[in-house]
Amino acid sequence: MTDHDHDHSHDRHHDHSELSELELRVRALETILTEKGYVEPAALDAIIQAYETKIGPHNGAQVVAKAWTDPAFKKALLADASEAVGTLGHVGRTGDHLVAVENTPQRHNMVVCTLCSCYPWEMLGLPPVWYKAAPYRSRAVKDPRGVLADFGITLPEDMEIRVWDSTAETRFLVLPVRPAGTEGWSEQQLAALVTRDSMIGTGFPKTPGAPS
Amino acid sequence: MNGVHDMGGMDGFGKVEPEPNEPVFHETWEGRVMAMTRAMGAAGAFNIDVSRFYRESLKPTVYMTSSYYQKWFLALQDSLVARGYINDAEVKQGHAAAPAKDLKRGPFKLDDVQRVMTRGSFARTAQGPAKFKPGDRVRAKNINPVTHTRLPRYVRGHVGVIERLHGTHVFPDTAANDAGEHPQWLYTVVFDGAELWGADGDPTVKVSIDAFEPYLELV
Repeated sequence: MTDHDHDHSHDRHHDHSELSELELRVRALETILTEKGYVEPAALDAIIQAYETKIGPHNGAQVVAKAWTDPAFKKALLADASEAVGTLGHVGRTGDHLVAVENTPQRHNMVVCTLCSCYPWEMLGLPPVWYKAAPYRSRAVKDPRGVLADFGITLPEDMEIRVWDSTAETRFLVLPVRPAGTEGWSEQQLAALVTRDSMIGTGFPKTPGAPS
Repeated sequence: MNGVHDMGGMDGFGKVEPEPNEPVFHETWEGRVMAMTRAMGAAGAFNIDVSRFYRESLKPTVYMTSSYYQKWFLALQDSLVARGYINDAEVKQGHAAAPAKDLKRGPFKLDDVQRVMTRGSFARTAQGPAKFKPGDRVRAKNINPVTHTRLPRYVRGHVGVIERLHGTHVFPDTAANDAGEHPQWLYTVVFDGAELWGADGDPTVKVSIDAFEPYLELV
């Protein structure tokens, strides 16, 4: 358990008097909405639970692994990602307007939302804090190499970097390059190499044999 | 609106700091805020563009010093008060006092959860032919509305190339003002780094936005 996890679980056991002002205000709003009959607290619980347990980067990883092993699926994914992902029953239903963009040895793709926090929720879950924060949103479009350096990544100097600013309801999923040394691997084995950041374009898939 | 939310190209915010093993929510209340926002939106209290506009309309000092879900909370509360679903006295008391206002799609219940887990479609029937085609050179117009827009400042006045056509989508600039969906053709427009950032910019960088047709003019 990390220190953070510890703090988090500890917070849950604070008594009422120790709750932050903000937490009290949030609770008050939920009370009002519930008393007025607008929302059922159990429905809110179910939404939270879905994002905590069901919807996350493993969804996108399955799509990437499938594209790495099935050329027809890859072609369909790049042509219309919403439709292609919709054929994968095990991933669940995906909304419209998903666009998959392929990394190649010549081109690296990176996704940002400079105006807010648009992100392919169904594929990757809720976005991490850094994706929604000013340093990434401000700099990704102007100095993507500098941003990648913050993630410990250096690309070849002549590689094209394409930054996709998610300014409408289209959502972008980066299809990373399949790692070398994975010939003959199953989809399941490959999916375990696909990281969240590799599907945003701020990271690479894990390398076979490297410590996770 | 030319708000602080429109951050593309700004300097001085420092390094990106990824958090290893980041939890989905850092505090329990964050999940409640996310879920309440999704629920009230699904129930019809506001559309997604309205909710974005309320967040952008927070005072710049508040926007810059609040955490992400704090902004969501403040905007949610502001929008529900402004739209008559709750009132200031109720917020102060922490309890309902006035009668409920009808929600367009009714109260949000457990059975409705599955519906919000799949993203809705923003595609609409075309109102006419597309003005531009892939390969066309277009200029992002120099517009500065005080209301909601999805044309970021850093591309305004700059020339790019139409790369993809996404069909016609709900137009956020009108939807955010409850002025109707007015579907517009949506394009991916790609700009060279040097066009956006000048000769000192990284020549290997290209940046694209998704732009609604009214944002663009043929060069």
